[in-house]
Amino acid sequence: MDLTSINPVLLIASLMVAATPILLAAIGELVVEKAGVLNLGVEGMMITGAVVGFAAGVNTGSPALGFVAAALGGAALSLLFGLLTQYLLSNQVATGLALTLFGLGLSALIGKPYEGIKSPTLQKLDLGPLGDLPVVGPILFGHDPVVYLSLLMVLGVWWGLGHSRAGLILRAVGENHDAAHALGYKVVRVRMAAIAFGGASAGLGGAYISLVRVPQWVEGLTAGAGWIALAIVVFASWRPWRALLGAYLFGGVTVLQLNLQAAGLAIPVEYLSMSPYVVTILVLVLISARGQHGAPGALGRVFHGTG
Amino acid sequence: MKRRTILKGAGALALGSTLGSRVLAAGPTKVGFIYVGPIGDGGWTYQHDQGRLAVEAEFGDAVETVYQESVPEGADAVRAMTQMALQGAELIFATSFGYMDQVLEVAAKFPNVKFEHATGYKTADNVGVYSARFYEGRAVQGTIAGRMTRSNVIGYIASFPIPEVIRGINSAFIHARKVNPDVQFKVIWAYTWFDPAKEADAAKALIEQGADVILQHTDSTAPQAAAQEAGNVITFGQASDMAEYAPLPRVSSIIDNWAPYYVARTRAVMDGTWQSDNTWDGIGKGMVGIGEISSAVPAEVKAEAEALRDAIAAGSYHPFTGPLRKQDGSDWLAEGEVADDGTLAGMGFYVEGLEGDVPS
Repeated sequence: MDLTSINPVLLIASLMVAATPILLAAIGELVVEKAGVLNLGVEGMMITGAVVGFAAGVNTGSPALGFVAAALGGAALSLLFGLLTQYLLSNQVATGLALTLFGLGLSALIGKPYEGIKSPTLQKLDLGPLGDLPVVGPILFGHDPVVYLSLLMVLGVWWGLGHSRAGLILRAVGENHDAAHALGYKVVRVRMAAIAFGGASAGLGGAYISLVRVPQWVEGLTAGAGWIALAIVVFASWRPWRALLGAYLFGGVTVLQLNLQAAGLAIPVEYLSMSPYVVTILVLVLISARGQHGAPGALGRVFHGTG
Repeated sequence: MKRRTILKGAGALALGSTLGSRVLAAGPTKVGFIYVGPIGDGGWTYQHDQGRLAVEAEFGDAVETVYQESVPEGADAVRAMTQMALQGAELIFATSFGYMDQVLEVAAKFPNVKFEHATGYKTADNVGVYSARFYEGRAVQGTIAGRMTRSNVIGYIASFPIPEVIRGINSAFIHARKVNPDVQFKVIWAYTWFDPAKEADAAKALIEQGADVILQHTDSTAPQAAAQEAGNVITFGQASDMAEYAPLPRVSSIIDNWAPYYVARTRAVMDGTWQSDNTWDGIGKGMVGIGEISSAVPAEVKAEAEALRDAIAAGSYHPFTGPLRKQDGSDWLAEGEVADDGTLAGMGFYVEGLEGDVPS
């Protein structure tokens, strides 16, 4: 075993890259759930974003346009979910699962011509001398723009949910949609907006995998990242900064266990691999023991204006 | 391709005694394929699907093929195979090691359906196993890797700690050490056959720790892309040629060529001559192909690798030839002794010089 071969600076830098897709998807889903909607289709929206973003990136030669297209693609798919659950009042759990299956199939269909093609990759943001600083350079200033975007989104969601009027309305809708409705808020419209935001974020997360992290298109590319994002929302007990912590913890454990293996560590990697999930379960037990689970009151419930 | 050779092979199979005559069903013979990943993985499953397409091309309307992609190893495979058998499949290819016990379970329920299990070792009256001697290709890769590395650190993305994967690591290591005594292997067990993001992360972790050659036993092309981005890192195509990454980072590849075998076994079922077998072919029989060694490899290294390939194909050299010791220093093969297939099939140990433990 030779732990000195692990460079902690590079480790943290690659941890941030590994965590960015799940962070993007999780922060979007957090907003959706705060509005009282449980969308289990994150995986489907992520992979659709991944393939749409990849296709757009390849065809236009611009990864930035790829990300825009991915956000639009993810949002479009999520609006399908919104139409079914908000207007046609279908069951959210079943519809969300169906959305994942649909997204996986659709992405395979769209992606067929793009297999084995290389995409234009996103250039790292050049921050001049800042990137050359020891230690903090690679960690803070050596990333591509989407890593910073994901951090800004966490900040934005934190501020928006807690300190803006729109955020208060959104939370009111999520806590008690009948009361919000009685106050004259457009419950369905607010939820549709939240769902679209969640879809766009998931799409961005997917595109980050296909355009930056891997970067190529293969079927089944997201390989369960959407489910991890859902777990992170629960782990975070619906708070944005905890979602950031959760995403970096999950991403960190993935990267760390690979690095420890390469360094020849003898402890079974299974323990490390399962640790984020164990922590999630522990957090769940803890918050329910405290009696305050923090879940929005109307989460997953069907709203009908006349009801 | 070599249709005549295939016909000869099928003829040889036909000489074997039949286990029971098949009732000739009206309509085409239905052949099922269970895939562990998507056919668009560009590697393992892609090559199996090429084999399926070869069966269709060979027999045309006389066969009907069905397949299911991304079937998890474990209980789900039972459902997938049972469904295929109920739909009338007469021959089912289960194309991953982890389906082993499930194949036997389903095969016991459908004695009239023939099963072919890739890379496994448990057979039954209606279950045959087949695999390719990938370790022969690994020997060629190890030679190139040992010659090409400048950091003397070679990264290896392993999938599951099963004999097939361990054989590959040992074979690559033995031959890398043979040409470069300073070479060191870093092995990462990904515990997946197909997870592009994880494979990319594994490749990056190895590169960050100094590896400038990446060998992979996982199925996607993600490590190739990671190596390309890092620059100055070479890779090898796995299962499929992965030629889109040539000449750099991909400098050569192991290509699985299942098509002749699938055609021959389908023909045997159609003829009613199928019987359980245990096929393990390598470079010599064409089941393992070595992809073109790219221009990034110096001519003398290329010649050396090709000479090794040809010696293995001709049977004059075996990649596991003594003197070899196990990792713990105990003797395994004496000078000039060649490993027997039984030991290779169940290989669960590293050879001397490799660091780390095989996970249990």
